[in-house]
Amino acid sequence: MTANGILQIALFFVVLVALTRPIGAYMAKVFAGERTWMHRLLRPLEAGVYKVCGIEEAGEQHWTGYAGALLLFSAVSMLLTYLLLRVQQWLPLNPQGLGNVGEHLSFNTAASFTTNTNWQSYTPETTMSYLSQMIGLATHNFWSGAAGICVAIAVVRGFARHSAKTLGSFWVDFTRCTVYILLPLAVVGALLLVSQGAIQNFQSYTNAATVEGATQTIPQGPLASQEAIKMIGTNGGGFTNANSAHPYENPTPFSNFLQMLYIFIIPAGLTYTFGKMVKDTRQGWAIFAAMSVLFFAGVFVTYHFEQAGNPNLAKLGIANAATAGQSGGNMEGKEVRYGIANSALFTVITTDASCGAVNNVHDSLTPLAGLVPLINIELGEVVFGGVGSGLYGMLLFAVLAVFIAGLMVGRTPEYLGKKIEQKEVKMMMLAVLVLAFTILGFAGAGANLGTVGSSLTNHGPHGFSEVLYAYSSATGNNGSAFAGINANTPYLDTTMGLAMLFGRFLMLIPLLAAAGSLAQKKLVPVSAGTFPTHGPLFVVLLVGVVVIVGALTFFPALSLGPVVEHFLMHAGRLWS
Amino acid sequence: MKQLLIAIKVTVVMIILTGVAYPLLVTGLARVFFRNQAEGSLIRANGKIVGSELIGQRFTRPEYFHGRPSAAGKDGYDGLASGGSNLGPTNQALIDRVQADVKKFREENPAYTGPIPADLVTASGSGLDPHISPASAEAQVARVAAARGVSLEAIRQFVAAQTEGRQFGILGEPRVNVLKLNLALDQAAPIKK
Repeated sequence: MTANGILQIALFFVVLVALTRPIGAYMAKVFAGERTWMHRLLRPLEAGVYKVCGIEEAGEQHWTGYAGALLLFSAVSMLLTYLLLRVQQWLPLNPQGLGNVGEHLSFNTAASFTTNTNWQSYTPETTMSYLSQMIGLATHNFWSGAAGICVAIAVVRGFARHSAKTLGSFWVDFTRCTVYILLPLAVVGALLLVSQGAIQNFQSYTNAATVEGATQTIPQGPLASQEAIKMIGTNGGGFTNANSAHPYENPTPFSNFLQMLYIFIIPAGLTYTFGKMVKDTRQGWAIFAAMSVLFFAGVFVTYHFEQAGNPNLAKLGIANAATAGQSGGNMEGKEVRYGIANSALFTVITTDASCGAVNNVHDSLTPLAGLVPLINIELGEVVFGGVGSGLYGMLLFAVLAVFIAGLMVGRTPEYLGKKIEQKEVKMMMLAVLVLAFTILGFAGAGANLGTVGSSLTNHGPHGFSEVLYAYSSATGNNGSAFAGINANTPYLDTTMGLAMLFGRFLMLIPLLAAAGSLAQKKLVPVSAGTFPTHGPLFVVLLVGVVVIVGALTFFPALSLGPVVEHFLMHAGRLWS
Repeated sequence: MKQLLIAIKVTVVMIILTGVAYPLLVTGLARVFFRNQAEGSLIRANGKIVGSELIGQRFTRPEYFHGRPSAAGKDGYDGLASGGSNLGPTNQALIDRVQADVKKFREENPAYTGPIPADLVTASGSGLDPHISPASAEAQVARVAAARGVSLEAIRQFVAAQTEGRQFGILGEPRVNVLKLNLALDQAAPIKK
């Protein structure tokens, strides 16, 4: 690790902390329907949406109504994307004349973008028309992000309200989130990326005559607009195959810094929004602190092992140590402009959150550096996490933490003035088990199937990691990959598409159910026996619960992949 | 049924808002404020497009600085096949490829005897990395100078002029843009082809 690398990581965190409160307070106002400084500009747009769509602004929904509206919207928009991809050949804005997308790939892609996963089984440059990218895919970057944020807000309302039957209106929350939060951030975010060199045009691809006399076809398109919301909505589906490693998606170190910030800005802000909504911002900062502990642990493990590099390459006379003129370390799959520190940092951020954009090739990470993104995803992406999903995921663990603390002292657990009872704990555990069953079930089956085996680029323990990563990424709605796996086969496209849908909706529904039940409860007054959930003791307990639940569930599988590969790599063992 | 109707209407309205109005607004603003970047930072010479300063291209001749190995397409640096090798650290194919590149580099650059910078023999994630590290440029200076019949010092000055430091003095890593460096060399001292 270099001093400059550590400085860059520290700088990122300082800026994140500084932005958390302003953005969090702004979001709290937006969801409370209060006036903000954007009101004059955007209120007509918001009101227009209600009018055209027949939405009652004051209408409130029971948790079942809220979940139903979300499911309906997801189904309609997913179907639309599926249909669009199936007929893109006959539609406009297709200067490269790309053909229609096949059945299983269209299903996989529609599921992927609807669930905020953005796994890509295809090469965008040669598969997706500009129209498909804009209307079929980039739109879901807004919508799936907004839907996730809505659920988080509804869950927080479950804690904040008492003796209430409703959690708010999905349609109103969704509209406000899109109009006041995502759109303004995306417009500014996209322009900042263009200023660094991200492309934004509707021209056909450019043919360049290279210096040595060859022809190079350079892709073009409306990239920056999709890029900004891809990061801000923690989606991660690239306009290009190389994703955020591509110089047109992520041209400079500053654009890279911005992209990392875009991923975390809403999830970090939501911790403050949460504190505001439950009228105790210390509660939000406690969640923020627990997330930060897990964040730094991941960053330093990844950075350390990537800088240490691959011992089998060092033997060939390659500089693994950093010097003033070169970054050293494991540069396979990395860009010179980011070096080791920014690649490691990006890898951790994109998997802490459910983003899944990559600025380096995760498949080429050294084994224990590759273990970190896997664990991040398998813990449920609760370290800041996906927009909305990170907060509601962490609140799930917070409930489990007070439940476990309650068991230890033999007292009915409380969180934020609400008694945590059988129903809530059951719903939370259901969500945890859905994640584990889906990942381990599909990965276990996949590892034993020849059809999956023949899709792999790497073999030995690394091959197993490719399968485990694919299903973790799909279920966790992350979308990053150990991309050596060729997932565009009927079996993988279909099972991974299903894993995405399970991982998204079978998590959402139990959480909303728990929130609905919490909202109905009366407030319990704070007493001497109440376990305070805003202090360091709670933070330690929360981190412990996250790690223990994750470790107990996934450690056996992880030992068969990255852990054993680490030791065998140092023993010089290779697979062909 | 009422909810389904709302869902359909919201989808349509949001397509117009986020799928049409938003990208068009960004395209318009980008064209006004950052036209060169929005169109791909293309480089023209004698009226023809020779490439983009952001997109690396393949160099093999001794008088040019070479970029990194590329996994994009069969010959590398294929603009339509961006991506990395996806080879894991314990893959025999990775070690074989690096070994072959090390051997080739040593043969082409006999004057350089130091350790090989990691970026010079590893494939980038995009396959289109336009940069090499300053150390990787230095490792090739003697070869380029000999091929062009120019002094080492003269070549080093070109490299220094094309070396970008960390952005704002802190972000990223120091780097050399291979295409821009080679174009600058050609402009100052054209080679007879």
